[in-house]
Amino acid sequence: MPRNSEIKKVLVIGSGPIIIGQAAEFDYAGTQACRSLKEEGVEVVLLNSNPATIMTDKDIADHVYIEPLTTAMVQKLILLERPDSILPTLGGQAGLNLAMELAESGFLEEHGVRLIGTTALTIKKAEDREMFKETMERLGEPVAPSEIVEDVETGLSVAARIGYPVVLRPAYTLGGSGGGIADNPEQCAEILQNGLRLSRVGQVLVERCIAGWKEIEYEVMRDTAGNVITVCNMENLDPVGVHTGDSIVVAPSQTLGDKEYQMLRTSALRIITELGITGGCNVQFALHPESFEYCVIEVNPRVSRSSALASKATGYPIAKVAAKIALGYTLDEIKNAVTKKTYASFEPMLDYVVVKMPRLPFDKFISASHSLGTQMKATGEVMSICTSFEGALMKAIRSLEQHVDSLFSYDYSDLKDEELKRRLKDVDDRRIWVIAEALRRGFSYELLHALTKIDVWFLDKLALLVEMEQALKLAGAGLELELLKEAKRLEFPDHVIGDLTGLSGEEIRRRRLEAGLCPAYKMVDTCAAEFAAETPYYYSCYGSFNEAERTSGRKKVLVLGSGPIRIGQGIEFDFCSVHSTWAFAKEGYETIIVNNNPETVSTDFDIADKLYFEPLTPEDVEGIVKLERPDGAVVQFGGQTAIKLTEALMKMGVPILGTAAEDVDAAEDRERFDAILEQCAIPRPQGRTVFTAKEAKEAAHALGYPVLVRPSYVLGGQGMQIAVSDEDIDEFIGIINQIAQEHPILVDKYIMGKEIEVDAVCDGKEVLIPGIMEHIERTGIHSGDSISVYPAMSLTEGNRKTIVDYTEKLARALHVKGMINIQFIVDGEEIYIIEVNPRSSRTVPYISKVTGIPIVPLATQVICGHTLRELGYEPGLFKEAEYYAIKMPVFSFEKLRGADVSLGPEMKSTGECLGISKDFHEALYKAFVGAGIQLPKYKNMIITVRDSDKEEIAEVAERFAALGYRIFATAGTARSLKEHGVRAIPVRKIEQESPNLLDLILGHEIDLVIDIPAQGAERSRDGFIIRRNAVETGVTVLTAVDTARALALSLQNRTEELSLVDIARAEMGR
Amino acid sequence: MKAYLILEDKTVFEGASIGSPREMISEIVFNTSMTGYLEVLTDPSYAGQAVVMTYPLIGNYGICREDMESRQAWPDGYIVREVSRIPSNFRSGDTIQNFLKQQDIPGICGVDTRSLTKILREKGTMNGMITTDGSFDLDEVIARLKAYRVTGVVKKTTVKKPYVLPGRGRRVALMDYGAKDSIARALQERGCEVTVYPADTPAEEILSAGPDGILLSNGPGDPEENTKIIKEVKKLYDSNVPIFAICLGHQLMALATGAKTYKLKYGHRGGNHPVRDLKTGRVYISSQNHGYAVDETSLDSSVAVPAFVNVNDGTNEGLSYVGKNIFTIQYHPEACPGPQDSGYLFDRFIRMMEEGK
Repeated sequence: MPRNSEIKKVLVIGSGPIIIGQAAEFDYAGTQACRSLKEEGVEVVLLNSNPATIMTDKDIADHVYIEPLTTAMVQKLILLERPDSILPTLGGQAGLNLAMELAESGFLEEHGVRLIGTTALTIKKAEDREMFKETMERLGEPVAPSEIVEDVETGLSVAARIGYPVVLRPAYTLGGSGGGIADNPEQCAEILQNGLRLSRVGQVLVERCIAGWKEIEYEVMRDTAGNVITVCNMENLDPVGVHTGDSIVVAPSQTLGDKEYQMLRTSALRIITELGITGGCNVQFALHPESFEYCVIEVNPRVSRSSALASKATGYPIAKVAAKIALGYTLDEIKNAVTKKTYASFEPMLDYVVVKMPRLPFDKFISASHSLGTQMKATGEVMSICTSFEGALMKAIRSLEQHVDSLFSYDYSDLKDEELKRRLKDVDDRRIWVIAEALRRGFSYELLHALTKIDVWFLDKLALLVEMEQALKLAGAGLELELLKEAKRLEFPDHVIGDLTGLSGEEIRRRRLEAGLCPAYKMVDTCAAEFAAETPYYYSCYGSFNEAERTSGRKKVLVLGSGPIRIGQGIEFDFCSVHSTWAFAKEGYETIIVNNNPETVSTDFDIADKLYFEPLTPEDVEGIVKLERPDGAVVQFGGQTAIKLTEALMKMGVPILGTAAEDVDAAEDRERFDAILEQCAIPRPQGRTVFTAKEAKEAAHALGYPVLVRPSYVLGGQGMQIAVSDEDIDEFIGIINQIAQEHPILVDKYIMGKEIEVDAVCDGKEVLIPGIMEHIERTGIHSGDSISVYPAMSLTEGNRKTIVDYTEKLARALHVKGMINIQFIVDGEEIYIIEVNPRSSRTVPYISKVTGIPIVPLATQVICGHTLRELGYEPGLFKEAEYYAIKMPVFSFEKLRGADVSLGPEMKSTGECLGISKDFHEALYKAFVGAGIQLPKYKNMIITVRDSDKEEIAEVAERFAALGYRIFATAGTARSLKEHGVRAIPVRKIEQESPNLLDLILGHEIDLVIDIPAQGAERSRDGFIIRRNAVETGVTVLTAVDTARALALSLQNRTEELSLVDIARAEMGR
Repeated sequence: MKAYLILEDKTVFEGASIGSPREMISEIVFNTSMTGYLEVLTDPSYAGQAVVMTYPLIGNYGICREDMESRQAWPDGYIVREVSRIPSNFRSGDTIQNFLKQQDIPGICGVDTRSLTKILREKGTMNGMITTDGSFDLDEVIARLKAYRVTGVVKKTTVKKPYVLPGRGRRVALMDYGAKDSIARALQERGCEVTVYPADTPAEEILSAGPDGILLSNGPGDPEENTKIIKEVKKLYDSNVPIFAICLGHQLMALATGAKTYKLKYGHRGGNHPVRDLKTGRVYISSQNHGYAVDETSLDSSVAVPAFVNVNDGTNEGLSYVGKNIFTIQYHPEACPGPQDSGYLFDRFIRMMEEGK
């Protein structure tokens, strides 16, 4: 069928800020889809509140609106832009829900806008629990016995009828928010309450628990002619019970025979046909491990995290094809872009094994529960490819960047057998390491299977790795070549083999190279080598023939990606890597990307000339370097992951393009950096470099508390804390030592002041500062968690001059070629440096978009030898935009049970959204709305602050009172507010009798809790409980006075009608 | 024990021996299915060939005997990347290692099957040897490989005597040229009574039994070699009995009616080939296993017209016979292994028999 020519202008809705359950995969899918639409001459209007995405670039869409994802905004946008169609299935659940609301309200019909890709009815049939069940019953496809309930009481009686344990799944939520497994009525009631509230439609499904069954997923596609195909199936190593986003997943399935495989495939295709989906769809099954019985768990009628994974695992671009299908093409009309010979109407065949591992955020939330269940907790994931499962698993482990590289990276040898058994039963992020320990102790497969329900086939693979570990230990220095070969085939890194044999990693490397043992690179070609493929997408393995050819002719650059999305290193760095790659290509370079994140645009098959889907460790990168011999590598765009590889790359003889490695090091090395500051006459908070807790305490005493304690060479302020006492230091150093032992620890005097941030491009001589950003929150809260305002509002002319001066001096002193990011503290007219990062930063995508300066391409051109002037840019501070642009952090606290929500120097946000307007208050208001803080609702709020903030909070409280808020406060706070003339209703503390603060929160009529905890480790338990309960009941919690003030201001000044800004059209800064 | 795979183009792969340690020479072909290794091993169409599995992990779910497609394993040899140390499946009764030994199939594991596949893809299907004797003389082996020809495989795989599979519905004569059991199973599931005939059964004998329909099965080898059978097929064509033919059966019918077949460079073996039904325009993902194809340019359009085509390479995938109740397809509607999407063709056959009455 030819393309539907009536489709001329399409609105694509993105998924908004990165949160747990909705990450970079939708930028990948959305970007691919937009490019696919534009290829067909369609005018694309894009709406997404997330400025850190590639899809919100003006190169990707024709009209770009970085605005809050609310129905009101979409309606307004439709009236303004008049698209003829909406493609709703590419922006995750957020985009889908919005489109559905508009379809159901009749708005779309009224304005002649059609949903393309999939109809509203189809979406409803898949998403609405009751309709889904009916559809499945009509088809004869089994679903676990279940019932939808809308109140707790009915839920309990249904559960009693079905029998415990039951699974509870709220309808229309992200990443299974609020769901869980209940073993008894008490747990059931608790989860129900929460789930009913989180569900967009107030429904929760109570279902027979099929925990322990095999969890199998199929990615299927269908076109308007009814042609159906399967892209990929996947098997979860962790059986049903753990959210697939938190499971170790392998593609294709490993323990299914053809009978089971085809049974489920046929079922998935019947379902997609019955639902009438046109595009991509994900079907999740539970398969009984000892029979052919199965249940359909869930159907996602859209692209998803799994479809991103399936695309990368097979090379089949699901989102691209889905977009073409939405335009009317059939599968047999769409060319397979990888082989360029076959068509999209075929099923990829893998001749390798893919393993995905979740990246969990527990390194950031020490207090959060590590247990895994039906609520997804991972912020990101890594994927690896190898010819064996063991090899793929080993590669995935070291891709996580969690200081793990083998099955003995966590030591459980001191656990008693009984304790080990208990831990085997409780699923958490370290279970495979616990299993490895059990295997070392000789636990039988039967016992392990009984405890974990993990298929014996996977257990045997883990055992093979443990056996190799033991064989290497036994071999010691007498390690024979045959064993070394086998260890490499299983993807044991050199230094791990070194540790096990007692030889050094360097010695292993030497022996390996002497024996000619190098990784071979194989192509991901969608067809198991049946056809010659055109797209160079590679993975490595040992014991094979290499098929990647060294290319020559053009200059060649290696772009190192940023690995898994985690707190502190998000999608921003993928944005930078991709733009840098494109810019290098424009400069005539051949580009090679190395990365391991399946969710990202950078690992799409057609971004770089070549893609190596590999772990980002020195050894893995060395293999590629030896083969490709690049003319240089660029590390300044891939976040800390890439920066960390600098030294290794230099040892390999690869020139670092842009700022030299020794200058990067000078910015990180305390003493060298101090020397530079001194030479430039730039002050910084006094501080020292230490290695032990004792030294840290000495430093703190000399500087005077409070002090900032942090490890060097980390991103996102990992392990950074404000210490007010010796006890704090002991605790913090302990934590730091768990995450980063190799580098020194920094102890700085903590100065309370205004925080300013600058991203600049330097060509080695001159410096361009696109803009100055100011944080709403004062120092003490990580820059990534602060509200950032561009242009900075409260700086004096003198401040501005000093900032520009310092930036220029530092960029020159560090011989920066490319990007530099500097954070300052402004205390009156005094300006101090907090830190300097000679690399791209989190704010680059946002500041690029609002100033209109393509910062990353510019930096890349500078790296290639151009000067700023040559490129048409006058050095110095760029003219301020006419717009205020506010970057608002977005958190995923409700998904992480036990995580403390209070903000501090360690970053906790998972994503960001933008508020943009010519009016500051409107921009601020839009940013809050975009982050999901849509107030007022009930106009009730709670304030509880530490003594030192009572003065300041009074002014904020007054503002809320003026907005009509009823303020509840704990006794001390209430008294203080009263003294300042603000009426507050005193409420009992939570340890006091009911009704108390907790009852108030759980009563569901509170809009907001302002709770400012004391600094230091001594965080009150009360405060923690208040904050957790508030977050889990969906109440907004603010833990900084500055944030609260900003919110009050934005509410006071908000207007009913919000403006819309087309980033692609507005002459931002020029 | 070490084993070697030696190809006609002088490439030597080293690996470990699995199954029988005896030496074998055969035509080397590759199959891209990710599941269904037992179905592949027991598919009689692989008689006279050694199969390379492109999926690297084989034996994961052991041996589930009820999945066998015939009474025994047929390939001359078996070439894989890795065999699973332990199988895991609730139905598994054995390991693939034991199965290969019991069936006396020589095999080799530890081979870079992707490289091997690329050689076959680029140079075409060729002969090869698996041996555990490392002292081979390459030139001598190559000479033997070049001389080797696959012959007589239909005779080897077909049943020796006719037998009946009971059913209450239509009576189908199934010509066993090396049939997979799933074909009879698919007919039985649709209520048919199936009489399985040896490949060389005269047409008269079959027609005299008065079947409602005749199914010409799949089978191994070069279709043109079966000159006697082709003559009998022509007689079946001349009768007015509805005929459905699969794979080799499809080729034999084409040859019987004057068309030609040719050898594909490296064949189609796997479960992912898209086939377009020219009548409806719909595309189905199919299970395939063939090294030869019908040459569409040789068709007499008054006799047969293309009904199905391979979306990837445009080769013929099925024919519709003009003025006859005959349709034939190159791929495998019985699946096993592979997609079950084309099961509807059996229904079409049933309808044809009903209408033929």
